[in-house]
Amino acid sequence: MNRLFGWMIIGAVLCAALTGQMPALSLAAVTQTGEAVKLALTLMGTLCLWSGMMRVAQKSGLTELLGRALSPLLKRLFGGLNPHGEAAQAISMNLAANFLGLGNAATPFGIRAMCEIAREQRLGDTASNDMIMLVVLNTASLQLIPATTAMLRAQNGCTTPFDILPAVWCASLLSVVAGISMAKMLARSPSARIKADRREGGKFG
Amino acid sequence: MADWIIPLTIAGILGFAMIRRVPLFDTFLEGAREGLQTTWDILPALVGLVFAVGLLRASGALEMICTALAPLGHLLGLPREVLPLAILRPISGSGALAAFSDILKTHGADSVIGRIASVMQGSTETTFYTIALYYSAAKIRNTRHTVPAALSADIAGFFFAGLFVRLLL
Repeated sequence: MNRLFGWMIIGAVLCAALTGQMPALSLAAVTQTGEAVKLALTLMGTLCLWSGMMRVAQKSGLTELLGRALSPLLKRLFGGLNPHGEAAQAISMNLAANFLGLGNAATPFGIRAMCEIAREQRLGDTASNDMIMLVVLNTASLQLIPATTAMLRAQNGCTTPFDILPAVWCASLLSVVAGISMAKMLARSPSARIKADRREGGKFG
Repeated sequence: MADWIIPLTIAGILGFAMIRRVPLFDTFLEGAREGLQTTWDILPALVGLVFAVGLLRASGALEMICTALAPLGHLLGLPREVLPLAILRPISGSGALAAFSDILKTHGADSVIGRIASVMQGSTETTFYTIALYYSAAKIRNTRHTVPAALSADIAGFFFAGLFVRLLL
């Protein structure tokens, strides 16, 4: 992440210098930070709402029910977690929200899940295999109803915005499988373990 | 039908809790306060990322990357026109949305290009944004193989988008 950040910005500046886009770049440099804050504000509202909902769902036992329903799946995907713990519950909510296409809700649950995993596994600042699995599951996105995409299609004059649904399902499913396989494979690779062991004194699985 | 999901989910959560006699608003506030804390934690990462992506787009670097990657796109069965989306999708949710909207306007939602772009948009998520967000909230700095694993899911998604649009539609 550190290097990517550096390269993105330096690359952009170099490119602008070479293509004469400096004015545009300059403008972006000044306005983008404002955009970021606007985005953060939007996120804040959503985060507060769904974090609140999650707390209610937890207090009422709903997340535990969901966690139990999804636990066979979670056990398969997340080897290092307590199947009845807070992390597992948060992950269930996250996956369920993702599946239902509640992108805005899935993010707070996902963040919560990540924090809970960190709390449960206590590995300092290194990502564990379960954390990586969580990220991969979220970025691969398995949605039953891709509502935003369909809405944009409809806005552009498409009369059958959901005709892409089977294709989306197939592509989603296979991309999730690809991501999971890659995550599991790389988790076992000797270099990954060595890197992790060196960092944490050999406490990995 | 998609309109029903959010209202029903919220009503469902609250209704269930009501039956279980949970103090709804107080509990909600507890959770919402955590949401506030999380926003505070992720704001720096967000500023950095949105800034960097904005610069990339304004400088035309993104266009250049797409041109350079056109042969690779061809290999994956992706038409050149959806490449900006393929590049932006892992990097920026708003960037991807902008690129997607642009593609639909230019090529129409029912063309092969429009369909492939739609399936790409619907079956993948914003990789780097998610990584930055999740890990900065949990204060993780060493991400190990997260990026390669997540990117392989994205690339697979793009490839299968191209494939299934041609097969099924």
